[in-house]
Amino acid sequence: MLKSREELDAELGGAARAWLDEALAEAAHDAEAAHDAPRPGASPYASPPWELRYAAAGRRCGPEHADSVRSLLLVAARATLPSVTRLYEQGTAAERRAVLLTLHRLDLGPTALPLVEDALRANDTRLVAAAVGPYAADHLDPHAWRHAVLKCLFTEVPVAAIARLGERARGDAELARMLGDFAAERTAAGRTVPEDLRTVLGHARRTPTGPTTPGAAPGGVARTAPAGADAHRATPTPAPAAPAPTEES
Amino acid sequence: MRIFDPHIHMTSRTTDDYRAMYEAGVRALVEPSFWLGQPRTSPASFFDYFDALLGWEPFRASQYGIAHHCTLALNPKEANDPRCTPVLDALPRYLEKDGVVAVGEIGYDSMTPAEDHALAAQLQLAADHQLPALVHTPHRDKLAGLHRTIDVVRESNLPPEFVLLDHLNETTVEAAADSGCWAGFSIYPDTKMDEDRMVAILQNHGTEKMIVNSAADWGRSDPLKTRKVADAMLKAGFTEDDVDQVLWRNPVAFYGQSGRLQLDVAAPDPLHEGNSILRGGE
Ligand SMILES: [Zn+2]
Repeated sequence: MLKSREELDAELGGAARAWLDEALAEAAHDAEAAHDAPRPGASPYASPPWELRYAAAGRRCGPEHADSVRSLLLVAARATLPSVTRLYEQGTAAERRAVLLTLHRLDLGPTALPLVEDALRANDTRLVAAAVGPYAADHLDPHAWRHAVLKCLFTEVPVAAIARLGERARGDAELARMLGDFAAERTAAGRTVPEDLRTVLGHARRTPTGPTTPGAAPGGVARTAPAGADAHRATPTPAPAAPAPTEES
Repeated sequence: MRIFDPHIHMTSRTTDDYRAMYEAGVRALVEPSFWLGQPRTSPASFFDYFDALLGWEPFRASQYGIAHHCTLALNPKEANDPRCTPVLDALPRYLEKDGVVAVGEIGYDSMTPAEDHALAAQLQLAADHQLPALVHTPHRDKLAGLHRTIDVVRESNLPPEFVLLDHLNETTVEAAADSGCWAGFSIYPDTKMDEDRMVAILQNHGTEKMIVNSAADWGRSDPLKTRKVADAMLKAGFTEDDVDQVLWRNPVAFYGQSGRLQLDVAAPDPLHEGNSILRGGE
């Protein structure tokens, strides 16, 4: 979870707190300036000072606070689309994560969706998990959102990471169909159906206004998948031995 | 036995290698940026490569219980190609990244003026960013190349204890040790340097500031050479503590000068159920 400035101040040591004060002041200063105007004579690779601080946040404030500190920097700088795009594209996986976790706190409207879409194409589960937060819940169109849910199931990102899952999945017959087909495919391959799939399917089978309608699954769900899923619940197959849950590339 | 491979190009290796390395005791490694075999034609393809060394490859390594760090630089060969030299302008931004524990591989290939410039400029970048430097010594005209390298290091703002001179052998170990730099040895499956010769060097020169790597890449190489050196050391009468010094504590001490080593990676799934790295949903 992202921590507030006050929470961080309570947890950080003196040197880290002083560093954070300076970094946030630099970011705020940059927010005042028209920082996306090209600087005359500047190298195309030069970055504003606070963006270099963004990279060093984990070393200065501790890796456990890196997401929170980076997020505060983005907010303090009132980071614009060019800025978040640059930080994402030029960032390590951890720096990209912090951009994704902060998008909904910036005044970007749907313009930063390409970053979320990029992260959802990744096989790095840290990025996938960060991409399905509140910003995705607000702005992903139904097709892309359903694929994001499926991607989480494929890559074993817990669906608990998906913001407003119940609300967006509720009564989504197309999502229910996709989940059913996925379950059938897993069953056919002799693999277990992820527990999380049943969770999402539960949401998708609810009617848009009411609770679950037993035995009246919308779409084509009733065809094969729940049967396959239930059958596998009775006789679970062992988890795959391979440590890599990433999707085939 | 815990092993740190301080120089290995995992981008060129398979997941089977990661698994075998973990089983052999490798728990941490450093992947230096280097020449990919195929020349690059623009800085952009370097940036994609650097991004992979800071993003995808550490993720891949973490799935096998191995901590991954990298060194970034414009390599000696491509320092000669004017299409690639603008990489030097972008390095300051990359050298601030958490996973970067040194500037490297830098050094000489053919000892040209362009290589002189890139080496000196990148030693200065290392000094500016308080990073050590991994310096490759040339395969051709090695001894002359080593002396010239040491001269450039002496003229730089980087103290010798921040420099690892790599790919050494019997003919270059003496001069390297006298320079005050760390001494690196790449153990190959062919004649360049093997584990028994490595053991003899350790017997003659001691274990202090000595670093052993597999330098495994897309060429004929073996990612388990670090373990084979450890076994050869034990067989020759070195203690477990000597092995730990050469194959773990020395590389940790050298790259630890960056202040950026993070060695706590969870064990992979089959050994350690419920690994949070795989789940990625903090
Ligand atoms: Zn190399």
